[in-house]
Amino acid sequence: MSELGKYAPLTYFQLMEVSLRELLVEKGVVSDAEVDAVATDMKTRGPERGAKVVARAWTDPAYKQRLLADGTAACEELGLDVPALRLVVVENTPEVHNVIVCTLCSCYPRMLLGLPPDWYKSREYRSRVVREPRAVLAEFGTAIPDEVAIRVHDSTADMRYLVLPLRPADTEDWSEQRLAGIVTRDSMIGVAPAKAA
Amino acid sequence: MIERSHHDMGGLPAGKVERSEHDYAQWERRVDALMVLLSGIKGPKKLLTVDELRKNIEALGPEAYDKMSYYERWVTSITQSMIQRGVISTEELARKMVEVERRDG
Repeated sequence: MSELGKYAPLTYFQLMEVSLRELLVEKGVVSDAEVDAVATDMKTRGPERGAKVVARAWTDPAYKQRLLADGTAACEELGLDVPALRLVVVENTPEVHNVIVCTLCSCYPRMLLGLPPDWYKSREYRSRVVREPRAVLAEFGTAIPDEVAIRVHDSTADMRYLVLPLRPADTEDWSEQRLAGIVTRDSMIGVAPAKAA
Repeated sequence: MIERSHHDMGGLPAGKVERSEHDYAQWERRVDALMVLLSGIKGPKKLLTVDELRKNIEALGPEAYDKMSYYERWVTSITQSMIQRGVISTEELARKMVEVERRDG
């Protein structure tokens, strides 16, 4: 951050980033334009792609079956690229609530949700959600009744999960587009429900 | 019994989840972009695998792992991978870091 018009010096790791990138550019491995284009693309990428998939599944039962059978192919059907990954979509029901984590690192369905929030990568979330998911969800303000089972899915480098949240009550006459507007990132991670309000 | 490595934290006791989020800085997004490009998630290059990225992150000592931010770990790991693959050398990197620090630091 700049203060009083003075730039803060680069940190050691920022220095490393600039140096690594310049060396790779000098060697013709990457170009600055390519790096900027990808960085900008990630900046604009939020959970809209995931929301589109969920809203389609809520309104088209046949699509939902295909999505649950093969998440990667069902995303490609909507023109969404899921590069080199197996996507597994897990459906919330009145009996089962699903939540995703990556205990070893930070694997996340970024192609559908954008970059993960910091807490998803934190020691606290990664350590505890597999052991005491009900308590962790409560910290997110999400109370799961005792009679509802919680399934925690641990992602890997090659396989990502996406939660298909429950469609809120009283949304029967909503359009797919309107439904997509209420599908939040957190509902697709499984730490919050999708809400109509 | 294999001893658990530092990054392997599933099920261990830990504190309350702080629902922290920050908007990523441009340098962090560029680190991410380097991973995407070098690994061929976008484009044709196959100069880095996700397993290499992880291996070199996991090779950081526990102290460094905890102290460094997420993309600090990534940039260190990607740089290490490029040295291991001979794409860049440690000498080139050292020279470049001195040059950049004089110029931009």
